[in-house]
Amino acid sequence: MEIVLVLLIGILYASGIFMLLRRSMVKLLIGLTLLGNGANLLIFLLGRITKGKPPVIDTAAKLFTDVYADPVPQALILTAIVISFGLQAFAIVLLKRVYVLVNSDDLDDLNTPEEEDI
Amino acid sequence: MTDNTLIFPVLTHLFTAIVSLFFWQKTVSQRIISIVGSAVAMGLSIELFVKVWTGGILTLQAAGWDAPFGISFVADVFSCSMVLLTSFSGFAVSLYSATGIARARMLYGYFPIFHFLLMGLNGAFLTGDIFNLYVWFEVIIIASFVLMTLGGRKAQIEGSVKYMAMNILASAFFLTGIGILYGITGTLNMADLSLKISALENRKLVDITAIFFVIGFGIKSAVFPLYFWLPSSYHTPPSAVAAVFGGLLTKVGIYALFRVFTLIFIPDNFLSTLLVALAIFTILTGTFGAVIKNNIRRVFSYLIVCHIGFMVGGLGMYSEIALTGALFYLFHDILVKTNSFLIAGLIRKLRGTMNMEKLGGLYAEYPLLSLLIAIVFFSLVGIPPLSGFWPKIYLFEAGFMDRHYVLIGAIIVGSFATLYVIANLWAQVFWKNPPETPGDSPLTDDFKPMTRFRKALLVAPIAFLAAITLYVGLGAENITLVVQHIAREMKDPSPYIEAVLSKNIPQ
Repeated sequence: MEIVLVLLIGILYASGIFMLLRRSMVKLLIGLTLLGNGANLLIFLLGRITKGKPPVIDTAAKLFTDVYADPVPQALILTAIVISFGLQAFAIVLLKRVYVLVNSDDLDDLNTPEEEDI
Repeated sequence: MTDNTLIFPVLTHLFTAIVSLFFWQKTVSQRIISIVGSAVAMGLSIELFVKVWTGGILTLQAAGWDAPFGISFVADVFSCSMVLLTSFSGFAVSLYSATGIARARMLYGYFPIFHFLLMGLNGAFLTGDIFNLYVWFEVIIIASFVLMTLGGRKAQIEGSVKYMAMNILASAFFLTGIGILYGITGTLNMADLSLKISALENRKLVDITAIFFVIGFGIKSAVFPLYFWLPSSYHTPPSAVAAVFGGLLTKVGIYALFRVFTLIFIPDNFLSTLLVALAIFTILTGTFGAVIKNNIRRVFSYLIVCHIGFMVGGLGMYSEIALTGALFYLFHDILVKTNSFLIAGLIRKLRGTMNMEKLGGLYAEYPLLSLLIAIVFFSLVGIPPLSGFWPKIYLFEAGFMDRHYVLIGAIIVGSFATLYVIANLWAQVFWKNPPETPGDSPLTDDFKPMTRFRKALLVAPIAFLAAITLYVGLGAENITLVVQHIAREMKDPSPYIEAVLSKNIPQ
């Protein structure tokens, strides 16, 4: 299981970085999304995957008698997903606005000088 | 010591933002709420600083979950002096915004977002949990995205694409670093991390994790070679917004660098060399950029990059004296950079442009105002005995002690270039006669027709920050006491760790 996740994370990071380096704004956005997902999976993997052991511990139990899954990574990933959802929503709106204004998807066209710079 | 009042600066800004949301599109009430809110936050920050300075480190364990399992908030002297400086800058910008921001922007919620940004900054300074730091960073960047795009001029929107992309990328790197850190230690509390990381055998793994943090915070604080988004976006938003960004947003990256690299990753040879090398290149590239630019705000943007190098260099040298110098510079820089962008905005109000070639003759027309601005510029350059001068003594001393001669050279070049740039700016904007180009539309003065009250609202924040800068320069011995205390705590973080984990350490 771990090796699959490791490969997947590697692919997500690599393709994310690759997409970031492209000139198109939409690909930039896709790159950021992939990178974010890669980071989330990385936290999931590094939180030690345990199968079928929910971290619900009897109040009477004085010591751990079993291996339990770590709930913290889930909380971290959930937070990170919510945050990246918000950021991506903003980014999509922003890029759409840029497309309307500049009428181009190319990042190299984003160099209109300020009126007072000219 | 547990004390729930340390979270009050954060709550004040949250409360102010929410209240001003209720006054949506009522700009006069929003302005008053914002100024009152910032003033209250300033009072609370001063109180917090006095409390921490006299009574030692304060902690707050959120919801009563003891560290390292819950989220801790910690106010040591470093955190609360950053909160204090933020509140000074925030108050000044809030005053300035009352007249410096166009009404159209206020209608779309400038003030609530501004206070959410300040809330995020205060939260980032006060948190003692690395994942919580990430969350506060996200609060800051989402608020700053909105401030940056508000208004929607073409250049502004284009600048924000670069800003947005680089900041989200920085967050992804930061999150990756946190993930690995959690994987190798199983904790997120910074005090606990400090203990667990120093006990780790595999130092190479620690170094690699540290690199993720260098990249993440490096992008945010505009360190070479990750600074290119800054000069291409900071000149686009309104000056009040640029003032917060220039004064505080890059500095929160520096704060995080200082916090993480003195508490969690202690700079070893590799990290120290890396940081010093980055600092040298940051100073030099920032310098070269500043020298060739003609727009006042672009010049200041490059100067931010240049001066970030001073602080990173101080961190890289990692001796008590170097940290003292770097921290002193950080304090000075927050005040003076906020103020320089406010001044750029004022010049724009006076003349309608920020192009140095088109400006001129401000000194003849506004001699007193020019004198006030001169104080700020002299402090920025570091003319003794003003505030930019003292930290450099410490940095030089540390550099000579540890034989970082290249860094010293870079700092000298950076300081001279700052002097040249500011002298050039002064000559062009204040002393030169205004150029007479036929056919060009005459420069508009928006300042003269204003009422005295509105004029005062524009000049008062600049005077307020200039007064604090003067105090930092002339009362340097008091500031030195504070920064030396912080530097000592950085070199030996055991009081911090003890304060956070006190309940877990057996008596």
